[in-house]
Amino acid sequence: MATEIREAEQNASVSDSDSGQSDFIETNEIPGKSSNTLLVANDSFEDLSYAELNNTIVASPMGTINSLVKKKAKRSLSLPEREHVEDTVSESEVDDSEVETSEICDDSQVDMIEARVTELSLQETTSQTADAQIPHLMTNTDTDYVNSPEWKRQKKHIFILSESGKPIYSRHGNEDKLVTIMGVMQALVSFVADSNKDTLRSIVAGDHKFVFMTRDHLTFVGVTRGKESTQQMFLQLTYMYNQVISILTHSTLTRIFKQHRNYDLRRPLSGAEKFFDNLLNLMDVEPGLLLTSVRCLPLDSNVRDIVSQTIAQHAKVKDLVFALIIAQNQLVAVVRMKKYYLHPMDLHLILNLINASESFKAAESWTPICLPKFDAAGFLQAHVSYLDEECQTCLLLLSVDIEAFYTLSECKAKIQERLIKYNALAAINNSLKRNSYSIQQCSISDLRHFLYKSRSTAQYTSPELEAPYNTKEEKERLFGLYYYLHDRIHTSGRTLKILFHVGAYETLLGWVTTGFELYAVFGPLVTKMSAIHAVNKLLRWIKKEEDRLFILSSVTF
Amino acid sequence: MNDLNMKSLEAKVVVLGSQGVGKTSVVIRYVGGMFSKAVSPTIGASFFTYKLTLEQYRVKLQVWDTAGQERFRSMAPMYYRKANAAMLVYDITSLESFYDIKDWVKELKKNVDTPIVLCLLGNKSDLDSGRKVSKEDAAEYASSINALFYETSALKNTGIEDAFLQVSKQLIHLYETVPNSGMGSLISQQPPDMFAGSQALKLPDRQEPGQQQTSESNCAC
Ligand SMILES: Nc1nc2c(ncn2[C@@H]2O[C@H](COP(=O)(O)OP(=O)(O)O)[C@@H](O)[C@H]2O)c(=O)[nH]1
Ligand SMILES: [Mg+2]
Repeated sequence: MATEIREAEQNASVSDSDSGQSDFIETNEIPGKSSNTLLVANDSFEDLSYAELNNTIVASPMGTINSLVKKKAKRSLSLPEREHVEDTVSESEVDDSEVETSEICDDSQVDMIEARVTELSLQETTSQTADAQIPHLMTNTDTDYVNSPEWKRQKKHIFILSESGKPIYSRHGNEDKLVTIMGVMQALVSFVADSNKDTLRSIVAGDHKFVFMTRDHLTFVGVTRGKESTQQMFLQLTYMYNQVISILTHSTLTRIFKQHRNYDLRRPLSGAEKFFDNLLNLMDVEPGLLLTSVRCLPLDSNVRDIVSQTIAQHAKVKDLVFALIIAQNQLVAVVRMKKYYLHPMDLHLILNLINASESFKAAESWTPICLPKFDAAGFLQAHVSYLDEECQTCLLLLSVDIEAFYTLSECKAKIQERLIKYNALAAINNSLKRNSYSIQQCSISDLRHFLYKSRSTAQYTSPELEAPYNTKEEKERLFGLYYYLHDRIHTSGRTLKILFHVGAYETLLGWVTTGFELYAVFGPLVTKMSAIHAVNKLLRWIKKEEDRLFILSSVTF
Repeated sequence: MNDLNMKSLEAKVVVLGSQGVGKTSVVIRYVGGMFSKAVSPTIGASFFTYKLTLEQYRVKLQVWDTAGQERFRSMAPMYYRKANAAMLVYDITSLESFYDIKDWVKELKKNVDTPIVLCLLGNKSDLDSGRKVSKEDAAEYASSINALFYETSALKNTGIEDAFLQVSKQLIHLYETVPNSGMGSLISQQPPDMFAGSQALKLPDRQEPGQQQTSESNCAC
């Protein structure tokens, strides 16, 4: 049993009613539904549980990347050039059908990293000055800041610390100045673990909620005064964990701590702080993370087809697993290797990478990235480039071949040339300028805003944020409403299908079926029946627009 | 000069050095002719190309600007092993960054056994008041490792043009004197064919990755 200290919930002012499913569906076609899998869509918010933490991630030799690299090695065996064969695989192994390659790229890379990490930790234990290399400027203002009321007033804090209580990351303030508070947090976690053989999940104290997650020798702590539930905070911490894995890989992370329990993880993570910061900022403005789904850039389906087909045709190269175009955090197109799918949580890490690094705008880049849902054990290599002068439309080519840069660079040039020729880049730019769509276009009176997720495709759509939700405070409040509605529907013990909630300033309707999740925000005076009528009208509107709002086909190389 | 008399040369240049010394700024100044105070830290490695005409050669430089961050350190061999020239950049206001160059040189000596043009760059020469590395020390060190040496400023645009020009001259010299320098000649290059398999597309590398592996394992024995 988990330790959970909770204060009584105050829900007196809330009038809710929930009902069974399907009595209300007037349409039998689910908008945005598709059986062509593009993104992994099979795990839901409810599946995210503490139990999952005990399942160790698949060990490296079984990983997806490894099996792809093995395939590559096999392929090279069948090449006519003998020399090449001998170079890649030692002769004794050639006879075996299941070729064990020791020089494959991801392994050798991991080994290099490992060697490097070992080297570093030795440096750390032998040299006193090692710490000085970490580029953190410590000033008095840092110390003052973490003791200031301003620091304490921050709406949300996220901390990452090592098992031994070493600070690794803090959302606000320099983690170096938080040694004491992080020590206390680790002591709490350890105390519950040691004395009760139990796991500390959350503490509610006043209007603050503390959520804890321990995973692979790391402790993630979230502290919030916001509307997020424990489960939702847990999801946010999971994204943070995934971000760590994305930078280091799971294999390297576990190896590091196996060798040196006291290792200062800030060293290999140095320079990556902005990815954590940016990811947390994204969570406050991008509902896709909460819904584990992505938003597509609205685009005529024939334009989108041209884009996908162009990529599929001109990036037909071995070992390329995914090719995708993204623009302003929205998905334009994905082309994938047969049998392999992109997970929305991984896609959010990719969006975060692009979103947080200006450096890609200067030149074509080549960088390792681990996608934990795809394969936590190894890196994919990403060729990153922008296709337009304004640096808004970004092409990513993800390969298992560490040597593929020049090949992919040529693919990029061809794709870019064709997309310009077919006016597809211009179409993408136009869509970006048009700002998605206004709620007015749905012409449903009293409907102010909504989030609609198609579960089968793991994609969602929602209109622009317009008045009254155009100020920072109101946006934040709207997000709070969605967090509340999402939580009530998903984690209230019984799974609600429809939830009607009359609040002070607006009325909320949440509706979850096997095909979709809909969260709608109405004016305060709407009745339950007219709200249900309105969402049915909305579903019909989304259905009509689905070709533009969702990617319903799945293109492979 | 008659176009027909022109020869072509393609060479890979890797830029190495600690984080923040100005590697990206130097490359962007040279290739793009600009300087930005708010340049963002390099992720992985960035690829630039630059074309120049020099001594009957059309030279195409493929410049790899590497990231100085710890987590990308293990990627460096991938770039320097194939490079024909290495620009080693330190910051004249940071002694630490100068010492790091010595580590890089050690690493290159250990892992690269084919000819490579070395060029030491002391960047941020505009910050002379905060200088920690004397020009004399750096020049002496450069000659001890047989490297070219320039003090540069990406901000003031000094020294960078000269440095790349001299490096290019040495590359041409290398190309003409060392038959297997691994540098590509653009003329003899096959037209790339998308569907001929990845082998045909690869630009000439100084070493094939496979050979590298075997030579390494030989050393270990
Ligand atoms: N004063 C001065 N600053 C420079 C110069 N070159 C780079 N910088 C600054 O040094 C910082 C790091 O530069 P960057 O190019 O990212 O370094 P890199 O990490 O080696 O690529 C940036 O703030 C630059 O503006 C220079 O020549 N003079
Ligand atoms: Mg840089």
